[in-house]
Amino acid sequence: MSAKNSITLHINGCDHTVSVEPRKTLADAIREDCGQTGTHIGCEHGVCGACTVLLDGEPVRSCLMFAVQAAGKKIRTVEGLADGDTLHPMQQAFMDHHGLQCGFCTPGFLMLAVGVLEREPNIGDADLLDVLSSNLCRCTGYHNIIKAVRAAAKKMSGQ
Amino acid sequence: MTAPGKFVGRSVPRLEDRPFLLGQGRFAADVNFPGQWHMRVVRSPVAHGKIKSIDATAARALPGVHALWTFADVAHIPPIGFRLTGLTALEPYRQSALAEHVVRYVGEPVAAVFAADQYIAEDAADLVALDIEPLPVILDAAAAPGPFDTERNTEPTVIEKKSGDIDAAFRAARTIVELDLTIGRHSGVPLETRGAIARYDEARDVLKMHGAAKVPHWNRDRLALMLGRPTDKVQLYEGHVGGGFGIRGEMYPEDVLVCAAALKFRRPIKWIEDRREHLIAANHSRQQRHKIKAAIDKDGRILGIDNEFFHDNGAYMRTHAATVPDLAAAMLPGPYRVPAYRARGHIRLTNKTPCGTYRSPGRYETTFVRERLIDAIAAKTGIDAIEVRRRNLIDQSAMPYSLGFGTLGTDIIYDSGDYAKLMDRLLAAAGWPAMQTALARRRAAGEKTGCGFAMFVEKSGLGPFDKVRITVAPGGAVEVITGVASIGQGVETAIAQIAAETLGVAYTRITVVHGQTDRIDKGMGAFASRVTVMCGEATRMAAAKLREQALEAAAELMQTAAATLDIVDGEIVRTGTPGPSMRLGALAARPEGLSAEAEFKSSQMVYPYGAHVVQLKLDAETGGVTIERYLVAFDIGRAVNPMLVEGQIVGGMAQGLGGALYEEFLYSDTGEPLSVTFADYLMPTAREMPHVEVIVSEDAPSPLNTYGFKGAGEGGITPVGAAIASAIDDALGRPGAVTQLPVTPQRLKALMAAG
Repeated sequence: MSAKNSITLHINGCDHTVSVEPRKTLADAIREDCGQTGTHIGCEHGVCGACTVLLDGEPVRSCLMFAVQAAGKKIRTVEGLADGDTLHPMQQAFMDHHGLQCGFCTPGFLMLAVGVLEREPNIGDADLLDVLSSNLCRCTGYHNIIKAVRAAAKKMSGQ
Repeated sequence: MTAPGKFVGRSVPRLEDRPFLLGQGRFAADVNFPGQWHMRVVRSPVAHGKIKSIDATAARALPGVHALWTFADVAHIPPIGFRLTGLTALEPYRQSALAEHVVRYVGEPVAAVFAADQYIAEDAADLVALDIEPLPVILDAAAAPGPFDTERNTEPTVIEKKSGDIDAAFRAARTIVELDLTIGRHSGVPLETRGAIARYDEARDVLKMHGAAKVPHWNRDRLALMLGRPTDKVQLYEGHVGGGFGIRGEMYPEDVLVCAAALKFRRPIKWIEDRREHLIAANHSRQQRHKIKAAIDKDGRILGIDNEFFHDNGAYMRTHAATVPDLAAAMLPGPYRVPAYRARGHIRLTNKTPCGTYRSPGRYETTFVRERLIDAIAAKTGIDAIEVRRRNLIDQSAMPYSLGFGTLGTDIIYDSGDYAKLMDRLLAAAGWPAMQTALARRRAAGEKTGCGFAMFVEKSGLGPFDKVRITVAPGGAVEVITGVASIGQGVETAIAQIAAETLGVAYTRITVVHGQTDRIDKGMGAFASRVTVMCGEATRMAAAKLREQALEAAAELMQTAAATLDIVDGEIVRTGTPGPSMRLGALAARPEGLSAEAEFKSSQMVYPYGAHVVQLKLDAETGGVTIERYLVAFDIGRAVNPMLVEGQIVGGMAQGLGGALYEEFLYSDTGEPLSVTFADYLMPTAREMPHVEVIVSEDAPSPLNTYGFKGAGEGGITPVGAAIASAIDDALGRPGAVTQLPVTPQRLKALMAAG
């Protein structure tokens, strides 16, 4: 164990001042120190993407970053997607298209898809497939995830 | 398709989704209790060896480490018992919570560290010095049997099944077809790793474990026995479960450790597995080698099949005991008439991770073997492979059809099915003849393309019982308490739809309780595609009782005959004539309340069936396979929610694709596991997954339950390896080329080089 650092994590518009060891991963800090357990940990080696969050708008694997590296940056997690009781179009599309079964990979897919579509609203199908192939789902076989993301893309770009 | 009811048969949105979408799921790792200690398991780094010493001095000295256990601390706890197919011959091979003198696979728990947080627990585990003297390893389950250790043999027993006169069949054969086929070791690998959090509730004297899944009641009963507590003093709680697929929720050494430690230390004990642990410590599955032989007559009809196989069970017999090899022995015949049959399944111990079931256990393996055999019969006789199937399919008029032997404590009697009809429907949907012509043209132009077909019979709805209690609250909300479990497949929605149909309330007004041992005294859980069949029928029965009770009570209050009343949207109304109505909730507010209980018993399984077609292309340069088209037809009798059924099928197909082309737990010559990350153990991503055209068929409702349900969870995966192997043969123009799954790029390149 090494000395702890006091840092402020800015998550979904709220500041969380936490004291963490330098080696603590961002995923663990979000879950344990900030109590936001919607971000899931599936592999801790950056392959499955269940822990994907947006860091200054970019999808990142929060299991591959240290919490101290995220200090002062804007972090968005699945808990910040909905607007009160109204689901984000991406969340709604996942429900409408049965884009989830066990729900474990879902937060990672939601953040990945939202991050990419906010940056590239008119992303083509082939590029979208490339992006979505960076996360793993073991239940759905991906069809309905792809359908949901396409439907949400239309909604988000106002089509 | 059967006409949909108001709820049953409709693709209504899932009740489960909202918390998941909001990030408010409650998975094992999300459960925390004040003052909890974190457990880290120290695992054997060698595949077989004698434990000379365990030096924990440095680990114990680390600040924040509270305790460290080795075998001596759990010596009083018996090994983990068998849940299914528990043969006496297998008992000496059961696994204890921690290894005693000998370790038998890399990943075997040797010690457990308890510490203030997960980081410290992992640091301490690294400081535990293990002195293990390596012993020779056994890795080939098909090698001659011999000593596994000083007392036990590598072959505890042989599973045997037979019907008819196999020797006579081979004497009478015009032709004999023989194959030697291998299925690779792979497994369910859910996205959520395992986890268990136990705490002792001093005030009530109850040991509570969170993170339960699949079979909470069985695990509760067994943990109580093992820890010497009355059954009602142990309770298990299922939260959200991030995928099951057979392996999650079985009782493992880690479950025993957290429970024993919570009792001993009177502290909440939390254990969350990491991915490397999962890939070496949770159940593996599938690895089998079959030496299969068929006797056939001059027309390609099967006279007999001799199915000898070697099941690589790994280092211990876990809760499934002989389940997988038993199913492999019993289910190989599939949809075909096999007048004489003999199976001899050699259960073999090796120095690898112990095994259990994985979605479609015994059927994924044997469908690969059987359909390879049918293709080989076609190749040998020169009869078209579809025609060979047609000649051998069990005719609808023969239903119900008994195989003459059993599995899982039931006689195998196919309850219903029109196999030829479904085959024709799928071939028509695929445009099979046109597909053949187009592919032949492309092959002539130099492309390596081909198509494959495979057929299968699944099993589902294993009993012996399911119990359901339905209660209406004074406000009108309905609670359905079940003894089943949810592993992500949509149980709450499907059961609510079934209850809603009979009760006459909106399915969204229904809460389905599952996986809570303190809410219902007994339950069978979620496995063997049993929930919709067994719990579904129990739910219908309880709902019918409750409905009758409500209508009778209302008839008296409304001064009319019960037969003139109906329940619509939770309102008891007069049919035909107008007049006052009353809310179901108002009836529930009476002192006697409104509640009914029912138990559905069944001693037989129900047998859905299906077929897959695949068209693919091989890349000679990379050894890669591109799936160009994929079609599934699956008859499940009656679909509660077609959207969820399709989800099960497509999701299953993705896993089948993994087992056919990518996923394999490999070991070095010394028994070192080589597939320990998601970079080595390759699961399909969105990129590898083709579009799947799904036909959900309802031609053959089961006669064994009211709606005719059959389980929908496994037919998406069952024949994927078989169909892909057949298509690769076709693309190579070499019948029988594929003898081993998965057909990895290396293996495919070797096949192409050999051609």
